[in-house]
Amino acid sequence: MMSHEEIKSLILNYSPEAVCDESGPWLQVSIQSTDWLPLAEALRNHSQLQFDYLFCLTGVDWKTHLSVVYHLTSKVFGHTVVVKVKIDDRINPVVETVSNIWRTAELHEREAYDLFGIRFNSHPDLRRLFLTDEWVGWPLRKDYEDPINMIKL
Amino acid sequence: MLEEIGTTEQGDLVINIGPQHPSTHGVLHLVITLNGETIKKVEPHLGYIHRSIEKMCESLTYRQFIYSTSRMDYLSAHINNHGCALAVEQGLGIEIPPRARAIRVLLSELTRLASHQLWWGAMAMDVGAITPFFHAFREREMINDIMEETCGARLTMNYMVPGGVMFDLHPNFVTRTKDFLRFFRSKFNEYDELVTNNIIFQERMKGVGVLSSADAISYGCTGPVARASGVSSDIRKIAPYEGYDQLQFAEAIQSGGDCFARYLVRMQEMRESLAIIDQLIDTIPDGEFQAKTKAVLKLPKGEYYSRVETARGEFGVYIISEGATTPYRMKFRSPGFSNLSALDHMSRGSKIGDLVAIMGSLDLVIPDIDR
Repeated sequence: MMSHEEIKSLILNYSPEAVCDESGPWLQVSIQSTDWLPLAEALRNHSQLQFDYLFCLTGVDWKTHLSVVYHLTSKVFGHTVVVKVKIDDRINPVVETVSNIWRTAELHEREAYDLFGIRFNSHPDLRRLFLTDEWVGWPLRKDYEDPINMIKL
Repeated sequence: MLEEIGTTEQGDLVINIGPQHPSTHGVLHLVITLNGETIKKVEPHLGYIHRSIEKMCESLTYRQFIYSTSRMDYLSAHINNHGCALAVEQGLGIEIPPRARAIRVLLSELTRLASHQLWWGAMAMDVGAITPFFHAFREREMINDIMEETCGARLTMNYMVPGGVMFDLHPNFVTRTKDFLRFFRSKFNEYDELVTNNIIFQERMKGVGVLSSADAISYGCTGPVARASGVSSDIRKIAPYEGYDQLQFAEAIQSGGDCFARYLVRMQEMRESLAIIDQLIDTIPDGEFQAKTKAVLKLPKGEYYSRVETARGEFGVYIISEGATTPYRMKFRSPGFSNLSALDHMSRGSKIGDLVAIMGSLDLVIPDIDR
């Protein structure tokens, strides 16, 4: 298992602009959406990192921007990292898919698209997952209003 | 999805299984592309029981939202509550009393047993054996009665709360649990004689729905599904919580990766759960069952992630707090969702009759997937 410092220095090699936060139990890395794909490949394939297991993928609406949070762990070494990909464009949010790197991402990304409207470039089958194809709006966004189907309590 | 049903240009048949079908155990809808009897593609259509629990949680307080999690994986209601309580306690830095810890582990393991018993009965029924279902429910009923006495509910318990548990154990708990242990142990060998060693059952399960360990990791599989493919994934072992590291039990691991391996993993897990209950039932510490907490909980600004091992695998609770009485964002990482993502890969090339066995061996709970 590598320490936070070691993981951090390797990540900074690939994404020099990444911001690292070590306050929590896991190392948290914040990057821009354009830097994500090369970093994802490095995290998965670097011989000392080998983050082969994506155990959580979710979107977050920060009102000013959106982000996608990836929780990754290595079944080989046991270390964990949290990557937060920031997407500034709320109108047309796009980020590269990682479903070819971690297969589980395919369904998780469809969920994030369905509920947050985040589009994943090169995703093999990006459609609504839970909601119907005709649904208007992205329910988990903070500015979502739906007077008919009440979801506020 | 009627328009999708029919024959494709290549002559493949596209059919529906579900959302109302006995073998899907809930409102799972699969659109299957078949070449003759061979499966070419399985595509899950979800959302029939999507209640947007994550959105509702954003307007519920840290005491209220736990109730909705009992309704996700209703067979692991206790363990879901447990994960949520742990996340809130992590945020507030609450240390819970030893008695509450022991109660939580005991009830979690009873829940795991009850869930695996139901799966065992349903699994056997899926491949054509009716009797085991009644055997499983006979034993499971005893656990439900124990739960009812202590928690007041048989299915959606809402018993584990931030700071400990809601009520103290019922005075009958220890005797009735011991009765159950004795009775279940005497019947457990029958399980093996009736089903495990049954040659017809084995023929239906062996070599069906094989998942390699590399694929199990890539598809994010957890719980018995991952462990049957040789992937160590028991959260009780790799990230122990609530004193599981003090207890003697083995992580059930098989290497076959087929339906029968998944079956064997769950059978061994039942034995391990019995062993855990044995270790605790006579040594439940005295004292408080709940730590003193404020009436209104406010998590400091930050992010909290807790992981617990449900009967289906890793359940994660991800809370983003802005310092208010309600979470800013709440994410439940449900084990069934990730396990389902491997279904297409596992069943390609199998016969359609085997799909029912594969689904049964995944032990899917649909409200857990849809949330």
